Amino acid sequence: MHLVVNGQPKQFEGPLTAAGLLAVLDLDARAVVVELNRRIVRRPLLEQTQLDDGDEVELVHFVGGG
Amino acid sequence: MSVGTDSPLVIGGHSFRSRLFVGTGKYADNAQMIAAIAASGAECVTVAVRRVNLDRSKAEGVLHHLDPVRYFLLANTAGCYSAEEAIRYARLGREAGFNDFVKLEVIGDQETLLPDVAGLLVAARELVADGFKVLAYTNDDLITALRLEELGCAAVMPLASPIGSGLGLLNPYSIRTIKRRLRVPVIVDAGVGTASDACLVMEQGVDGILMNTAIAEATHPIAMAEAMRHATESGRMAFLAGRMPRREVAAPSSPTGGMAG
Repeated sequence: MHLVVNGQPKQFEGPLTAAGLLAVLDLDARAVVVELNRRIVRRPLLEQTQLDDGDEVELVHFVGGG
Repeated sequence: MSVGTDSPLVIGGHSFRSRLFVGTGKYADNAQMIAAIAASGAECVTVAVRRVNLDRSKAEGVLHHLDPVRYFLLANTAGCYSAEEAIRYARLGREAGFNDFVKLEVIGDQETLLPDVAGLLVAARELVADGFKVLAYTNDDLITALRLEELGCAAVMPLASPIGSGLGLLNPYSIRTIKRRLRVPVIVDAGVGTASDACLVMEQGVDGILMNTAIAEATHPIAMAEAMRHATESGRMAFLAGRMPRREVAAPSSPTGGMAG
């Protein structure tokens, strides 16, 4: 399955949920926010949110800032 | 009179222990950041929302270092150049964080990082309607500050001088006027360079001050953080104490009578 994650084209084994993507990328779901095609996926919905071929995913978190 | 007898700073229903708010950017490393924040005595610390770095085996966000129980994490929309972008980042920050507060920035110019006040008003309206407690970073302009208050912002944050400039408080009159006319808390945000700047800001009677670069880019950030804590408290105490009037002529402090003949 082809996804664009944080602007980078990437290939993944499908099927894949949003929670599954975080697991594959070794990211902590408690500290990362998933935006799927410009819509935020609330944390309780990560497990049931299926990703589709061509989806654009943004993974963001808090960093130092003023 | 002491800072201990001062009324608490309440923004959007949250009571803050310290009137000094600090950023978490630009530090040499996380240990230095944590030590500086502790030395500053700040409760409210700002954070930015950015992409996770996928090229690292274990992405290190600031949440790995900052205890969200000890600190009130205030997400900003730094780096956003339109109302639409700022609204998007505010929502990402709310989802990433632990509260519905946002330090709203809509930047209008890359060189000065001065606010785009037209975009700011649009974004503030939308975010207030969406349930956010909006702390709006703005110019030292009374009319914009009044409009932000009318829109329902929880606090208005006029600048002392441009972000990261260290130029200090350029227009004390504007800041005093904004404070005098607004009912919501006024937090001066950006431009402080050293402790005397922070003290001078607080002496204007504002409710608080937010800084990042003045601490992080000091030669010794942890020591500067402590200096800023004292300066913020000193300026606040001096304001509450009420300064003497300015005179154009001297007034002797020692008795004028009783001089030896």
